[in-house]
Amino acid sequence: MDEKKIMLGNAAIARGCYEAGVKVSAAYPGTPSTEISENMVQYKGDIYSEWSPNEKVATEVAIGASFAGVRSIVSMKHVGVNVASDPLFTAAYTGVNGGMVLVAADDPGMYSSQNEQDSRLVARTAMIPVVEPSDSQEAKDFTKYAFELSEKYDTPVMLRTTTRLSHSQGVVELCDRQEIPDKPYERNIKKYVMMPGNAIPRHVFVEQRLKDMAADGADMPINRVEMRDKSVGVITSGIPYQYVREAMPNASVLKLGMVNPLPRKMIEDFCAQVDKVYVIEELEPHIETQVRSWGIDAVGKELLTVQGEYSANMLREKLLGEKVETAEATQVPARPPILCPGCPHRSVFSVLSELKIHAAGDIGCYTLGAVAPLSVIDTTVCMGSSISTLHGMEKAKGKDYIKNWVAVIGDSTFLHTGVNSLMNMVYNQSTGTVIILDNSTTGMTGHQDHAATGKTLMGDPTYAIDIYNLCKALGIQNVHEINAFDIEGLKKLIKEETAKDEVSVIITKSPCVLLKTTKITGRCKAIPEKCKKCGMCLKPGCPAVIKQEDGTIRIDDTLCTGCGLCMKRCKFDAIEREEF
Amino acid sequence: METKNIMIVGVGGQGTLLTSRILGGITTAAGYDVKLSEVHGMSQRGGSVVTYVRYGEKVNEPIVEEGCADVLIAFERLEALRYAHFLKKDGVIIVNDQRIDPITVVTGAAQYPDGIIEDLKNKYKVISVDAMDEAKKLGNNKVFNTVIIGIAAQHMDFSHDAWVEVIKNTVPPKTVEKNLEAFEVGYNL
Repeated sequence: MDEKKIMLGNAAIARGCYEAGVKVSAAYPGTPSTEISENMVQYKGDIYSEWSPNEKVATEVAIGASFAGVRSIVSMKHVGVNVASDPLFTAAYTGVNGGMVLVAADDPGMYSSQNEQDSRLVARTAMIPVVEPSDSQEAKDFTKYAFELSEKYDTPVMLRTTTRLSHSQGVVELCDRQEIPDKPYERNIKKYVMMPGNAIPRHVFVEQRLKDMAADGADMPINRVEMRDKSVGVITSGIPYQYVREAMPNASVLKLGMVNPLPRKMIEDFCAQVDKVYVIEELEPHIETQVRSWGIDAVGKELLTVQGEYSANMLREKLLGEKVETAEATQVPARPPILCPGCPHRSVFSVLSELKIHAAGDIGCYTLGAVAPLSVIDTTVCMGSSISTLHGMEKAKGKDYIKNWVAVIGDSTFLHTGVNSLMNMVYNQSTGTVIILDNSTTGMTGHQDHAATGKTLMGDPTYAIDIYNLCKALGIQNVHEINAFDIEGLKKLIKEETAKDEVSVIITKSPCVLLKTTKITGRCKAIPEKCKKCGMCLKPGCPAVIKQEDGTIRIDDTLCTGCGLCMKRCKFDAIEREEF
Repeated sequence: METKNIMIVGVGGQGTLLTSRILGGITTAAGYDVKLSEVHGMSQRGGSVVTYVRYGEKVNEPIVEEGCADVLIAFERLEALRYAHFLKKDGVIIVNDQRIDPITVVTGAAQYPDGIIEDLKNKYKVISVDAMDEAKKLGNNKVFNTVIIGIAAQHMDFSHDAWVEVIKNTVPPKTVEKNLEAFEVGYNL
């Protein structure tokens, strides 16, 4: 096969899995990792792939598959690695049977994340190797190589990518699938049962493994020296390699494909041949700190930031002192992301805003309820945290303090880790109110199925977990389901439930307006003669409702989905809905 | 050949990703080395989005930097203004003459600037079109971006047949006919 194709970095990783003979893939969606699993589906028949409820579960699925003797992959965004770290840190001790790779997708610049952590540091603490590609072709090739490393050194391998790599497309040469025979499973409790007596010798093994890999690094084809002008030598890896090539085409480069453990001898040899050494890496000085600790006078973070993404122009300016002259940017109004026209979250938030209720928030599209004009969400930390944060507030300040608070969490996030927090509320006698914004999908990441949608990643129908009965089964007496657009009903329910000295759950049910199955059946229209210019329809902040110069409103018919929220907010019948 | 730099900017949800895929398809089919960089995730929810397309003999960096774009395709007026400084001095802006108010304007925190297209015309070569209007005439709002691709095609070195081929291979099968009609409208404007 010599077909060439333009592929997203994430699609190339999935292709790499296919070609490497992978048989099991598990993941929870998270930008910028989601498309790895979405692309895995096309290899159905060769690869079993699933959405697991969270990254810990997904990692354990991959561990089980590896123990059983097949190649397995688990992929997640950087903060997902935190959730997965419990199984990961011990899988580092057990090692593998079939090769196992964990993809960690970091997000420098935080395009769609709550923090900017560097997964290489996690891997270093977990004592597992990290492989980092620089373009789509390498994303595919290094994925395959990561499985070889995994099996050769008996270790899970982290494949680290970043948003710019995952979401860039490049030309990739395709190869055929390599059929890897299943390895036999053999009972071996010294390797697979990590109790102290077995884990102590495995820790010794892990330390030796890292030393062996560091020593072998010089011979790995993914680490390479590009010797050019010897006055400047750059140590780099991943996407920054591309910026180095663009900004400093004559510089000598040590391009590291394996960034943990570092091939010390190879690095020292390279540095000995060049006059000045730069280390160029986005986020933390992971390579630089180690290189400097060996007594090498390398320059990196004293000139370059630990925040955000780099670019060729940044390197030209900071390292070469070349100021790139460009036209000045025009100051224009910011356009931050917002809830879509017709989004059911907007309806729920408009009610909370009217009732002046604070919300402990969570991770999803609905985090956008924090900003004006809705300004409902007060806190957002991590997946599942809304419910437990509210509980903590109550324990700190008493049940009356949270009478004007709720927790809001999406259906997918609730099943991810929110359910544990709800269990805690019941067990520890909380009185808070939890609103589960059930839009029948994982919205923010682009509409993935989950355990309550009735469909698997591979498209097969399955049992749909009933969130209502799940909450009932936890022992909660006050569980209610209501349409997210039933404003009056919702207002009444929220008032009643927050007043109670018991745990309450309100499940607002309305599918995401962007789902293919959501039918748009009409649209709203303003009647200017009836408009009193009161501005009530503008309060929910729908982008389709536009205030005109004379103070009356206009509804943009290319944006409106006919949800009717503005119409319900109008007291003068100045908005009507037209059925198609 | 020097690497060509194209940017597609717009508002999340306007379909910039499909457009970039069409550009990726046609440049790859012509045998170039190509890199495209996209925005997924939160910004796709009504935020300002940008896609970079670079093609040539060998492309390293996947992004287009300020002052380097040959062509800026803007799906919305304000976004054209936001990214205009990414253009080269002799670069071309193709702008869809549509206004979508950002939330900062909806809430009254900021004003939507007047006379954007006139201002841009003072500095750059600007082609403006009401692509949404053209798409409505075809009976399908969603194909407005293919009208814009038709216009962009006039300023790029690929054959008409090559564009038709890549559109057929990229858009959802049921929408091929409508998209090809939209392309013709733009190509002949």
